[in-house]
Amino acid sequence: MAIAIKVEDISKKYKIGAAPGKFKYEMLRDQIVALPNKLFRRNTVEENYIWALKDVSFDLEEGHVLGIIGRNGAGKSTLLKVLSRVTEPTTGSVTVRGRVGSLLEVGTGFHPELTGRENIYLNGAILGMKRSEIESKFDEIVDFSEVEQFIDTPVKRYSSGMYLRLAFAVAAHLEPEILVVDEVLAVGDAEFQRKCLGKMNDVAAQGRTVLFVSHNMSAILRLTQEAIVMQKGRMVMRAHTNDAVDFYLASGQSQAGERSWDPTELTNAAAPFTPISLKLVDSKGKVVDAIRSVEDVNVEMTYNLAAPVTGLRVGVYLSTVRGEYVFTSFDVDDAAMYEKHSVRAPGTYVSRCNIPGDLLNEGRFIIGVNASTFGIKRYFMDENALSFSVDPSAAPGMQWAEQRNGPLRPRLNWTIEKLDKKGS
Amino acid sequence: MTDISKHEPTTVYIRPTSGFAALNLKDLWHFRELVVFMIWRDIKVRYKQTLLGALWAIIQPVMTMLVFNFLFNNVAKVSSDGIPYPIFSFTALLPWGLFSTALNSASRSLTSNHNMITKTYFPRLVLPMASVLGGLVDFAIALVILLGMMVYYKITPSITALWAVPLFVLSSIVTALGVALWLSAINVKYRDVGYALPFISQFWLFITPVAYSSNVISDKWQVIYALNPMAGVVNGFRWALLGSGNPPDMLVAISSFISIIILLSGLVYFRNMERTFADTI
Repeated sequence: MAIAIKVEDISKKYKIGAAPGKFKYEMLRDQIVALPNKLFRRNTVEENYIWALKDVSFDLEEGHVLGIIGRNGAGKSTLLKVLSRVTEPTTGSVTVRGRVGSLLEVGTGFHPELTGRENIYLNGAILGMKRSEIESKFDEIVDFSEVEQFIDTPVKRYSSGMYLRLAFAVAAHLEPEILVVDEVLAVGDAEFQRKCLGKMNDVAAQGRTVLFVSHNMSAILRLTQEAIVMQKGRMVMRAHTNDAVDFYLASGQSQAGERSWDPTELTNAAAPFTPISLKLVDSKGKVVDAIRSVEDVNVEMTYNLAAPVTGLRVGVYLSTVRGEYVFTSFDVDDAAMYEKHSVRAPGTYVSRCNIPGDLLNEGRFIIGVNASTFGIKRYFMDENALSFSVDPSAAPGMQWAEQRNGPLRPRLNWTIEKLDKKGS
Repeated sequence: MTDISKHEPTTVYIRPTSGFAALNLKDLWHFRELVVFMIWRDIKVRYKQTLLGALWAIIQPVMTMLVFNFLFNNVAKVSSDGIPYPIFSFTALLPWGLFSTALNSASRSLTSNHNMITKTYFPRLVLPMASVLGGLVDFAIALVILLGMMVYYKITPSITALWAVPLFVLSSIVTALGVALWLSAINVKYRDVGYALPFISQFWLFITPVAYSSNVISDKWQVIYALNPMAGVVNGFRWALLGSGNPPDMLVAISSFISIIILLSGLVYFRNMERTFADTI
């Protein structure tokens, strides 16, 4: 098998402030003020750089699907940007055999005033398709997007779902030799996501190379056999997807059962919310990462507010390692609580909840965090903040050595009634 | 479905470029269809959701001409070399309008398409090029009005206009593109350009003989005056279409030389800055 992508020691340096997500305009005025300094003292600003990528090397054979996982700010997107030639590496080189198409380009260059039909042509051209190529695939694209009856309507009149489907349809029909997919599955409804995954499967089945970035562990597990784990710009692991996912889930916890956030992982969008830590605490007050199914456990989210926030809700998602959600719960779900905490003053808070015993089944679970005001703003979200395992000893049904299906193992009140009188 | 195994895929090497990188014209040629699509998009979108639509391409220069006529002809009584002032100024407003719209839209072309730049690869040169060329449509519409005015004033252009006009149009495009390459690349990093642009166009209009005749400039300043490429273009237009002034001479050669210098230096600067566009925009 030929090598499709050969990445050799690539590094990418960003000036702090210029890095995506921590955007700060550079001012001409500042440059002029700094000019005398620059002329007479050199190399004094080296510490103002961060390495978004550092010495990343890997080969990928044709027809393989590689997953890329890592926390926010780990360098995943920068890596994809280098591979799709959006930005140049600072050092190192990449050899790519074939055209790289990327689904991070979904909807790029769509113009709201143009019709669906016109945007298909425009978007295709931006993605590097020839006019004839777009024409030959036009019907297929329209069909896939399911917006046929609105194809001559300006896309500004589309619903966000229609817009997205059309955009994805164009990108998906580009048919590059190498497809790069960055978190498209975070958007769209379940039906659409299923369709996207199906399309990606097709692409892989046709023997094309796919690079897939996602925070959705179930999608990673389903679509890839092999994955790399990125941490602070470095590639720390390349392994079978199962091992890579395990490694990733266990990483980032400063101690087992506790997760704290590095300032580099946060975006400006989080302000005034600063997450401090997320802990899993057992009934004796000890931080744990393994609990028994029969015990209850507390989830504690500590955070700071730099300014008052109205309507804030802080909550947790619980999901299995395979990505199925078990539940979502917010600290002000209760109407009385919501009333009482409608405005939170600046300060440090702990939102604590109790997960009762006799609820979870054996296995690995993931806790995600979300802090938002409904329909207005999402301050912070980390879908894979913490993982823990549940031990089933003493749980109902343990007299049988068997796996119980489903993420829950509740102790339910059964009654057994005998309905006929025979034998009594 | 095309069978991808049929043809050998092209190999792309991605590595940091240094110094004044090659212009990579091959890549630009590969994306030539995108230039056409972007021009087409700009034209399609330009007058969308306007009441008067493409009429604006006529209204703008005609209104400017009327204002100029009132101010410089009726009030200030500026000499127009014996040519009726309305057509004297309109002939100049045409290339000037082409130049200033091209300059304005091309200088903002990178920042207004920032999502394309941060998400996908294509030669960035496509954007300012398409913006500049898109202005030709408005120019063509306004040209029809000029021809109408020529009939009204019974002015017959010489046969030289057939080659001279396209040449001067090319010259104003080259100048606009050259300046826009500088400004658009600077604009990616420093948004000061957005504030400076209206001032630059206004200032440039004053130093270009649009409202007045270049004859008012005394002879010893003519060479310095010719350093403005647009002065050569405007005089050339008047000469070719209205037969006024001198045929192109040394001064036009200076103008053209300057505009080519601006274009080449703009290309080098643009290519050099292109590397960091996606990071800084």
